[in-house]
Order: sequence, then C-alpha cells, then structure tokens
Amino acid sequence: MEFSIDVKGLNKSFGDKHVVRDLALKVPRGQIFGFLGPNGSGKTTSIRLICGLLTADSGSGTVLGYNVMKQSAEIKREVGYMTQRFSLWEDLTIRENLDFVARMYGMDDRRAAVSQAIEKLGLAARQDQLAGALSGGWKQRLALASCLLHEPRLLLLDEPTAGVDPKARRDFWDELRALAANGITVLVSTHYMDEASRCDQLAYIAYGKLLAVGTAQQLIEANHAADLEDVFVGLMKGTEDNFQ
Amino acid sequence: MSARIPRARSPARLSFSRWVGIMLKEFIQLKRDRLTFGMIIGIPVMQLILFGFAINSDPKHLPTAVLAADHGVHERTILWALRNSGYFRIEREARNEAEAADLLARGVVQFVVTIPENFSRKIARGERPQLLVEADATDPSATGNAIAALNGIARNALARDLQGTLGRLNPAADPVELRVHRRYNPEGVTQYNIVPGLLGVILTMTMILMTGLAMTRERERGTFENLLSTPALPIEVMTGKIVPYIMIGLVQVSIVLGAAQLLFGVPMLGSALLLYLCVLLFIAANLTLGITFSSIARNQLQAMQMTFFFFLPSMLLSGFMFPFRGMPEWAQWIGSVLPLTHFLHLVRGIMLKGNSFTELWPNIWPIMAFMAVMIGLGLLVYRRTLD
Repeated sequence: MEFSIDVKGLNKSFGDKHVVRDLALKVPRGQIFGFLGPNGSGKTTSIRLICGLLTADSGSGTVLGYNVMKQSAEIKREVGYMTQRFSLWEDLTIRENLDFVARMYGMDDRRAAVSQAIEKLGLAARQDQLAGALSGGWKQRLALASCLLHEPRLLLLDEPTAGVDPKARRDFWDELRALAANGITVLVSTHYMDEASRCDQLAYIAYGKLLAVGTAQQLIEANHAADLEDVFVGLMKGTEDNFQ
Repeated sequence: MSARIPRARSPARLSFSRWVGIMLKEFIQLKRDRLTFGMIIGIPVMQLILFGFAINSDPKHLPTAVLAADHGVHERTILWALRNSGYFRIEREARNEAEAADLLARGVVQFVVTIPENFSRKIARGERPQLLVEADATDPSATGNAIAALNGIARNALARDLQGTLGRLNPAADPVELRVHRRYNPEGVTQYNIVPGLLGVILTMTMILMTGLAMTRERERGTFENLLSTPALPIEVMTGKIVPYIMIGLVQVSIVLGAAQLLFGVPMLGSALLLYLCVLLFIAANLTLGITFSSIARNQLQAMQMTFFFFLPSMLLSGFMFPFRGMPEWAQWIGSVLPLTHFLHLVRGIMLKGNSFTELWPNIWPIMAFMAVMIGLGLLVYRRTLD
C-alpha cells in the first residue's frame, strides 16, 4: 500500500510544553483520515508538523515520499493546508486572492486555473468582491478552493467546518469524498461525530498523544461502546485520569 | 413561593462596581502588554534624558581650523581669545587654502580662521589687517551664537595687547577688520537647513512604520500562516513586501525636493543622481529596521510604539532639530549610530555644498554598516516557521 503520510516518533515542544508526543501516523493514499481529540490536544501542531510549517524536535518519516524533517520545501509544494481560522486576505478580492496563491506556487497556467476554480466555486459573478465580505460558508469554500489550486496530492484541513451551517457542511464533505476518489489524501480534524463517521479511518489524540487509531467500526467494537461519541467520551475520561 | 429576586442590578442605573470592573480589566490588560508598559515608562525617561541633558541650543567648542600666514604675538592672542570664549575649539592648522576649504566642505570643522600675512606687523602699524572667519552655515543655529560673539572677542583680546606704547592704536577704530563669511548659506536661511533635513525625517517615519505595520498586519490577521504554508521563501517575502514602500519613499522625496526648489528656493548645488542614490541607501536602511521591528512586535500597536521609540532619538540627536555639535559626547556617540544623522550630512552636503562622492563617503559607510547589522538581526529574528 502507498502511504501519503508515514511518520513516527514526532515530538514538538514549545518551551517546557510538550505539545506532540511520539506521534506515529500511517495514512494510505486516497483515504479520508479523521483527526479527533479535545481542544488543545495537539491536533493543529501535528498538522503543522506534517505540512512543513513547523519542524519537529525529533522523529522521522515521510510525507508524500519526502523526508518530513528535512524536505519541508518540497512538501509545501504538494500539500494543501487549510488553516483553522480564515487566513486569506480579506482586503483582496476573490480573484486576487486566488491569483496571489497561484503565484506563490509558481503555476504556469495561472489565469486558466484561477478562472476554472472560480467557475467551479460558482463565484464568477462575485469574483471582484472582497473576500472579507463573504459569509462564513463561502469563506470556507473559497479557502478550500485556494488550497486545491495547485493540485496538491495531500490535503490537510484544520477544523474546516467550524461555524458552518449543516447544509454547507454536507456539501463540503461530498466534495472531500470526490477528491479522495480521485486519489487525493485528506487529513481532516473535526469535533463533529457525523463527520467522523464519514472518515475512512480515525485517530484520537489527547495531551499530544495518539490514543487510538482505526475505522469507526473498529473503535466502537474495541471500546464496547454504543457509538462513536461514546468511544471518545470514554477515551477522554481515561486520559483525564492519567494526565491530571 | 417567594418573588424572584433579580440577580443582576438594574441596567439603567450607574453602577460603581461595573465601573470598577471595567477599570480593573483595563489595568490587567495593560499589565499583560509588556511592551506597551515598557513604553509608558521608557518614553518619558528617554525624553527627560534627551531634552534635559543632550539638547543644547547654544553649541560650544565647535571644531575650528586655522590657516595662519603669520605667527606673531597678536595671532596667538586672537587664537587664545577664541579658545577662551568657549565657542571655538582650535583643532588643526590648515597648510593651505585648498585644505581649509576641503575641511569645511567635508564638515570636519565648523570654522576656518584665516590670519593674513604680516598680521602682527600691520596691527602695530595701525593698518587694520583683515581677520577672515569662514563658517559652515548650513545649519545657521549651530553657528549663530559663535559668530555673534566674534566681534567682541577680537576687540577685547587685542585691547590688552595694545596697552602701553601701542595704546595710541586702541581707542579710535578696531585694530582688525573682522570679516565673516557664512559659507553655503550666506543669508542664514533656516529653510535651507530644515527642508533637506525634513527629507530624512519623513523617510524615517514612514519607511519604518509602513514596513513594520505591513508585516505585523499579516501576523495579526492570521494570513501569515497561509503565506508560510506556501513555498514562498523568507527572502522573497521580505524583499517583495518592501518594494512598494521604496517607491512610496521615492515619491515622498520627489515631493519634498520639488517643494524645496519651488516654494523655498533651496539651492541644489550637487548631483541629483547622487542624492537619489543616497536616498535609496537611506530608505533601505530604514526598511530593514522596520522589518526587524515587525519580527519582534506581536501586533501593529507594538510595531508603532517601537517605531516611535526609535523616531524620537532620531529627531533629537541627529542634528535635525538641535545642533549636533552642541550635544555632550555620549549623545553625539548615540547620534552617530543613527542613520538619520549621516543622511542629514549627505543631503545638506549635496544640496548646499555640492559635495562629491568622496566627500560624502565618511557619511555613507555608517549607514551601510547600520543596515548590515539590521539585516543580520532581522534574519535572526524572522521566523520562517511559526516556532
């Protein structure tokens, strides 16, 4: 099997705060991999380590075949990273934002790619509006479009649906499914159980430690739980006893 | 069942405890923002020290060169009197006129005193020889008091020499004819000094502030993370972001120079090309400082405060507002680290004195050195990744 992410022993500390402990992940190509865990559990930092934004203090492995410790420049080129907070430029228009991002990735067919993305978004009529004027759901779709622009092989999405209405969330996940069917690997962090159940595999992380990995079915059976929510509430209780 | 007692007080009435709550919150937030807190203490302390100790609008001990063709007794008297007045510090003897002119052009000395041939003999004969004092009057306020004191100095000093047998020469007319040449700015027009100086002040303010804000704005809004997740390299981000500000700087310079010519009639004796090259260097130095500030500052407010913290001594210690040579040595030392100090020399040198590159070099390399240090510091602080 081909793994888009294959890392082990990743550690990251900020000062004396050990945020990620011995993270090991294997994500096969074309899967949607769900990242769950309480707030402050190290999800965001883990994603940043994988996309080359941060360098781990120790660890080894590959992301898209590149050395995760050394080849962050190569990794960045082929990864699409969507930040938790809307991080496009609110004082640029939709087209200007996409055009800028396309330039950052040095795309040859910039104009065509941007026009195509806008068309696909259904924002052709509003392409000259400022990104800051968009509603939450549209901002999220624009952000996704911008990190798909350079045709990455791996998508890293940090709580992409926080604050988005149910209909928009469902559309968003349908799109992720379609991407995965085309061979794009998706790593997505979420707090929503319905989203978790749509993932091919799930990982539960707390206090910087990976506590459980498997399909939704496997996790439910292994923990003798009624549903996913039970699994995670149970895991959360267990870790609180261990760490506090 | 008892009536429900409202938990919150009536919103319409003034509430002392609400007011205290708001005040306390403000104090807590102020305390958390270390940099702002530091500025609240730092700025008044700095102003006290600068205004209280460093600034002196009556500069003394101004460097003076002597071009003496006669070494008689009266020459010594004159020089002794100049030195004793406190205004003149006789530092060197020029060998010839060319050297004297060069010292003045480069700004090494503020005055050149020329003692003509047979000075003492002519005094003895009552021929009223000329005593020529040339002043670098680019900054009229730096030389004004010294020049005003000259007349009295010459007369009183010689009065003592001319007692006794030479007493007959004394009372009627002055024994020497004092000639003062205010070089580079003969009419002592303040604008000649201020307008070129403004170039530097405006550039310092806008260049540092604009770049500082441009970088911290990205960080504050979270867009920096997006930028970092693309393959963009730090050098691309840094240099790409500053080019627009370089252009803004050049526009500002052109506006001030245009006004200098059209509104204030400030002469432009040197090369405009050379001036623009110096401007580019100065802009670059300020931009690197702005970037360094923005790497340290966590938000736009802090970037603004740091700019102000740098701007204040730049204004006061560079020789823009107050004569550089009037300041105590420690303040001159700080001043000579600041790019603005050297830039003022460059602009005044080119516009008012028509200086050439070699004459300007002593003020060019310090700006380059400042920039090199800032680039090093900036790269050290710039966080490629978020850690």
